[in-house]
Parts: sequence; structure tokens; C-alpha cells
Amino acid sequence: MKQDVAKTNVDILKKLLVFSVVMFGFGYALVPLYKKFCEVTGIYELERPDTLTKHTEVDNTRSISLLLDANVRGLPWKFKSLQANIHLHPGKLTEVMYEISNESEEVQVGQAIPSYSPKNLERYLKKIECFCFSQQELQGKEVKQLPVRFLIDPEIPGDIHTATISYTFFNVKN
Amino acid sequence: MAVIQDVHGHGHDHPTGIMRWLTTTNHKDIGTLYLCFSLVMLFVGGFLAMGIRAELFMPGIQILEPEVFNSFTTLHGLIMVFGAVMPAWVGFANWQVPLMIGAPDMAFARLNNWSFWLLPVAALLLITSFFVPGGAAAGGWTFYPPLSTQGGMGTDMMLFAVHILGMSSIMGSINIITTILNMRAPGMTLMKMPMFVWTWLITAYLLVLVMPVLAGAVTMVLTDRNFGTSFFNAAGGGDPVMFQHIFWFFGHPEVYIMILPAFGVVSEIIPTFSRKPLFGYSSMVYATASIALLSCFVWAHHMFTAGMPVAGQLFFMYATMLIAVPTGVKVFNWTATMWRGSMTFEVPMLFSIGFIFLFVIGGFSGVVCAIVPVDIQVQDTYYVIAHFHYVLVSGALFALFAGAYYWLPKWTGHMYDESLGKWHFWLSMVFFNVAFFVQHFLGLAGMPRRIPDYALQFADFNMISSIGAFGFGLTQLLFVYIVIKCVRGGEKAADKTWEGATTLEWTHLPSPAPYHSFETPPVVK
Repeated sequence: MKQDVAKTNVDILKKLLVFSVVMFGFGYALVPLYKKFCEVTGIYELERPDTLTKHTEVDNTRSISLLLDANVRGLPWKFKSLQANIHLHPGKLTEVMYEISNESEEVQVGQAIPSYSPKNLERYLKKIECFCFSQQELQGKEVKQLPVRFLIDPEIPGDIHTATISYTFFNVKN
Repeated sequence: MAVIQDVHGHGHDHPTGIMRWLTTTNHKDIGTLYLCFSLVMLFVGGFLAMGIRAELFMPGIQILEPEVFNSFTTLHGLIMVFGAVMPAWVGFANWQVPLMIGAPDMAFARLNNWSFWLLPVAALLLITSFFVPGGAAAGGWTFYPPLSTQGGMGTDMMLFAVHILGMSSIMGSINIITTILNMRAPGMTLMKMPMFVWTWLITAYLLVLVMPVLAGAVTMVLTDRNFGTSFFNAAGGGDPVMFQHIFWFFGHPEVYIMILPAFGVVSEIIPTFSRKPLFGYSSMVYATASIALLSCFVWAHHMFTAGMPVAGQLFFMYATMLIAVPTGVKVFNWTATMWRGSMTFEVPMLFSIGFIFLFVIGGFSGVVCAIVPVDIQVQDTYYVIAHFHYVLVSGALFALFAGAYYWLPKWTGHMYDESLGKWHFWLSMVFFNVAFFVQHFLGLAGMPRRIPDYALQFADFNMISSIGAFGFGLTQLLFVYIVIKCVRGGEKAADKTWEGATTLEWTHLPSPAPYHSFETPPVVK
């Protein structure tokens, strides 16, 4: 092999290696990009309160049965909803209470992640206040009662009569 | 750097026995190693497939416990993609790229040796992961979290193996790009390169583009598992859906990485046996490039049901359908090449025509899957299984067989057994369709993938599919026999085995190709 070919080979090798490393970095850059994209387009709004821009009329002709589910994963906590299920009219501002209690002696931090059923309920559920907007810290043996204030948009499709809001508290490692 | 490019220095006194293969820097030896390795892995992955089909032969749980069944589907996918199809194409590139462009060897001979010998290590990790506590990874070949951030040691071994395989692919592609860009014979301009070389150049670029992104995703899963990061852990502020985006940003180009070299091989074989030059050579090049480019913007069609705004679904739906255009150009060109050619139907040609026929079926079911409302119905059903086996088995694998039969005379110096080869083709063709065509019906009727049991109404089609799969698996033993027979002897192959062939390895080299070839580059007019 001629010497100049060998030299050009190494040049190409260097460029391609740099390119590979850049693409490896790009894989990591996708993480903040993804977060930013979801924020800008408003897809990922689990931790942000909804704002009510228009005055919503209460639709007294309909009533939706709402199941309130509560779970804990990886924490020595007890977590329950003080009402197992409620009936409400779309458009009516409602408040429900949850209770968390730390069964252990240590300080612990948890984050609640919501999950809704049916799948498109999220679009019509307007939460003004929720304990899931921030991490919750409990001292040893502490018990807290936390509210969720929300309303269901009256534009919710007429065939939805029951819905479920489920929260799961996860352990946040410090 | 002169050391790693020492392709002439070691002359003809290379070591013999096992050391020859361990230390070889010869592109032909390394190509052979790659091809043998991928053939072995084809049978390992095939064994897992036989296990899956045996379990699905009848309703109920007979042979495999659900957890083991999940490991079988997971490892079947990983081994076939990363262990069989990809190394087989790199093997073809190693053998053929230097021969077809008139180069003495690959650009970086020792790097080449290293990228091969990483593979058996990764394969060993994958296979032994079945025997560690907790068993092999069982969350699907796409290793979505949270399943892949749970699971035992077998999952760590799988992730590490994917890392190694990715590294090997990146090094292999850097080598191929450099060889093609810098070591072509005088007079061979880019637009005079054989199509196989073109498709591999584009494939290699795709590999260095997306393989490092996969490496990033794998690293994130590993640190989530072992070092407490929360990239994909919702509780820690991460997002499991983000994994799917990153994975498929790699994963969709990956399917073209497996099929573009197949397009290249078929584009060599069809003109040879039609005794006509390839119709629309430059449109073929541009079509390949645009497929590669488009493949980077369609990834989310794998996740229409994962939650996405309608605008996103529409974008990815139309972008996906757009890929059918350059692919259609290719199919048109192959057909037009055959049009009024004086065709003969030797085994490579049969496999190539079989490829076109069945790949088009797989392409059409791909367009069906691209339609969002349809996809939401068929997501994770056997319809998708049928689709990607039509493009990967009767696509990539059939093209690999076509290429193997086409070049075996050049590699071994002997003709393969033509009538056994025809048996291999027809048995493969029949059993493949018996195995996979009925899976379309199963999928449309709603049978989910990755489940070891099924409702009774799916029983008949599953039994048919299993019979086809067993037949297809057994038929491949015939291929091994044909290859061994060809290596050991047979009718002497002419230097220009196929009268219609025009590329350098046929016109300028004897059969078998000598250990060192093109030490003085040929001049291409």
C-alpha cells in the first residue's frame, strides 16, 4: 500500500471516530431535547397545574362516577384516598382528600405519578392543585392529608360514565 | 500507524491451524470467519425459533414455561439481528468489497481482526445468560424499560453483549467506509462502483450514525440498573417512553442496515443472469441514499400506540409511506433489468427472484402497518411478526443465500451442487410461506405476539405455521451440507463462473481468488 493512501486512511479513520463519539453524545443529548420538546409542545405536563382560561358551565344533566385509586411502590408508606369513589357533574370544581402516612422512623421522600383511565381522560381533567406537582417529604411516623382540586371539562365525550384516577407514590432516591 | 496497515509485510508465511484464524488480518480469512460465525448463530437463533414454534404448535403450555418462552423470543430476535444477519453482511463486505473495487485488502487489517473477535465474546455472553440465576433477558429484543431495568443478571449480560456487538459494527463500518472511499482501483469513480459496494457504503454510514446512539441508550439502561440514574425511571423523573424514541431512532435505520446490502447483492445477481446491465444504475444509487435518509425520520411508526399527538402520528405515517417510493424504484429497476433479458435460473437467480417476490409482499404489509388506524389494530400482533419476517427472512436471508451461491465458486474454486441448491431454494420458498403467510391471518384475527398460549380459534393456523417453521429450519441443514460439499470439492469453477458477470472479481481474478489479490491495482476504464 502506498504511503499516501495509508495516511489518508488514517485521516478518514480519525474523522469517523470523532463522528461516532459525537453521535454517542447525541444519544445523550436526546434526553434534554426530549424533555424540552415535550415542554414546548405541552405533551408532558404531569407536574404542572392546569389553568382555567374560560369560565366553565356546570353540566348538571350528566354525572360521572370517579374511582380514586392509591398505590405505593418501594416506600414503607400507607397511602389512601379518603373517599373511594365520588360522583360529580362535569364542570364542577371538586376537592378530594388523600392521606399518606410514613410507617417507618426515617425521613423519606416520594413522588406521586398519576395514571388515568380511560386513556383520553387526561385531556378533560383539569387539575388546579395536586400533591403530585411536587415531591413529598415525610418525617418518621408523620401523617399528612393532601388535597387534589380539579374539574372535568364538560366537553368530555358523552359515552364516558366512569373514570379512574390512580396515583402511585414512588421512592425518590436522594 | 504503519503497523496496523501492514498488509504486505507478513507475506506468505502466515501461521497455520488455529493461530492462522486468531491472528489473521487477511480480508478473505476474516470474511470467512464472519460468515461461519453468522451461520452458527443462524442455527442458534433458529433453535430458539423452533422452541417458540414447538410451544405454539398447540394451545396450552407444553414445553416452555412462560418465562423461558419470553427469553426464547427475546434472544431469538437479538441473535438473528445482531448475531446472524449483520455479521453475515459484514462477512460479505469483507470478502467482496476489496475484490470488487480492486483493493489489496481492507484499510485497517488489524482493526478488522479485532472487530471480528469481539463477536464470539458477545455471542457467548448471550448464550450463557440462559444458565445464570433468573435466566436470560425476557423483555423482548427491543429491551424496553421498565422490563429491562428489572430482570436479573441475564439482562445485564444481554445489554453488555449488545454493547460489544455495537462496537464491533462501528469498527467494521469505519473500515468499510475508509476502504471504499480511499482504496478503489484507478479509474473506478464512485458512480462506476458495483451496486453492492454502493449499498454497503451507505449502510456503513447509517451504522456509524445510529449505532453510537444505541450504545448511548444501552449505557443509560445499564446505569439505571446499576448506578441509580433515572433516565427511564418515572419515579425519579425519567420517562420510559423516551427509551422507545431513542431505541427506534436507532432501530428503524437498523432494519435498512440489514436490507440495503441485500438490495446490493440482488442488484449484482439480476443483471448477471439476465445478461443485461442493471437498468437505471444511477437511480438505484439515489434510491438507496434516499431510503437511508428517510429511514432516520420514521422511527415513531413503531410506537403509534405509545401515546403521541395526532400531528406526530400523521407526520410519521406519511414519512413512512414515502419510503415506498424509492423502494418501488428499486423493484421497478430489477424487473426492468429482467425484461427481455436472456435469463437463466441458476440458484442465485432463483433466490433473487424469490427475494423480490416475497420482499414486495413484506413491503406491502409494511405500508399497511404504516396507516395509523390500522397499526393501532395490528400493533403487537402476529401481523407485525409476519411483516418483518417477510422482509428479514425472505428479504435479508434469501439475499444472503443468493449471494453465497453466487460467490461460492469464486471463494472455493468449486461449483456448488446445482440440483441440491434448487432443492434448497424450493423447500425454503414453500416452507417459508407455510410458516409465515398464515401469521397475517392470525394477526388480523387478533393473536398477540410474545405470548406462549393462545385462544382456541387460533389453533389451526398456528399448527400450519409451526409445521412450516420446522420444515424451513430443517431445510437450512441442507444449505450447510451444500456449502461443506462445495468447500471440499466439486466441479472446478471457471475464473468467470457466470458469463454475464462484469465485476472485477470475475473479470480479473482466478477461481478460487488467491490469498493476496490486486497487489497491483487493476485499471478500470
